[in-house]
Amino acid sequence: MEIAPLTIGDYSLRSRLIMGTGGITDLSALEKALVQSGTTLTTVAMRRYSPETKTSVFSMLERLGIDVLPNTAGCYTVKDTVLTAELAREALETDLIKVEVIADEHTLLPDVIETLEATEQLVDRGFTPLVYTSDDPAVALRLEQAGAAAVMPLGAPIGTGLGILNPHNIELICSRAQVPVVLDAGIGAASQAALAIELGCSAVLVASAVTRAQDPTAMAEAMRLAVEAGLHSARAGRIPKREHALASSPEAGIINPLEDLT
Amino acid sequence: MTTVRINDRDVELPEQATVVDAVAHTTGRELTSTGAPVDGGRLGVAVALDGEVVPRSRWAATELSAGHELEIVTAVQGG
Repeated sequence: MEIAPLTIGDYSLRSRLIMGTGGITDLSALEKALVQSGTTLTTVAMRRYSPETKTSVFSMLERLGIDVLPNTAGCYTVKDTVLTAELAREALETDLIKVEVIADEHTLLPDVIETLEATEQLVDRGFTPLVYTSDDPAVALRLEQAGAAAVMPLGAPIGTGLGILNPHNIELICSRAQVPVVLDAGIGAASQAALAIELGCSAVLVASAVTRAQDPTAMAEAMRLAVEAGLHSARAGRIPKREHALASSPEAGIINPLEDLT
Repeated sequence: MTTVRINDRDVELPEQATVVDAVAHTTGRELTSTGAPVDGGRLGVAVALDGEVVPRSRWAATELSAGHELEIVTAVQGG
């Protein structure tokens, strides 16, 4: 099955698996995992330059031909988010920005009020915002109306690996969205990535699930295959759900041992 | 010498130093007057001066004076 590139704003996303790069210290292990995942777009964070950053993730991604998706992780306010986005655009020469405005450090849940305002301002400044948000369908719609190029609802809180806690909400978000929906955060196992696509998501973002797996390279491959399987499954058209069983073997010609006894 | 704050640290730079000098000092890379690395690679760095982004096209023309606060950032692993 040919998987067409996904259009996000003016950007053409080839692989439907967006990767994160956090949660792993060994850069060569990260490189192996990224290559195995087949990803073409990978997130980075913006931080103060320090001497250790010389052999940076940025030069590695450049060497691998993987596009960067800077995020605004660590931002709590609109002001910080916009400044971080501006710095990212200047440093990395991309209009893409993963908008991430966190409410508090314990839940890492998105502050949707600040997120909406930040999205509006970033659109005005010519960015292509991919917006991390809660799994609230009403909020997702508001973000789209504000100009989000993609909405990225969480399946579960960041780093929990709990999967998709409210599949109904994700499905509802997907069914109403006119922009791509990317499942972001919460995925722990490959089956959950496949489910995200089956629910209607166009792509999946995975970070900790791979980088903190016991074998990141093997998990990266599992995620790639799961996203592919999800796309096949979604396109194939699943059977409707039913209350009662429906036999797949013919009913005609069943032998009747009871009858034989009479 | 002029003392400016770079990433929350006091740094001494020559009088009339510009943002180009501050970036070269921080990254340890030799830069052309336009702020491009002499080695031909990409720099991957951005600068904010007192909370406002200074585009690379203005680095050479932006002179630093005592008390200026600079943020020099780059991409790191994350998300």
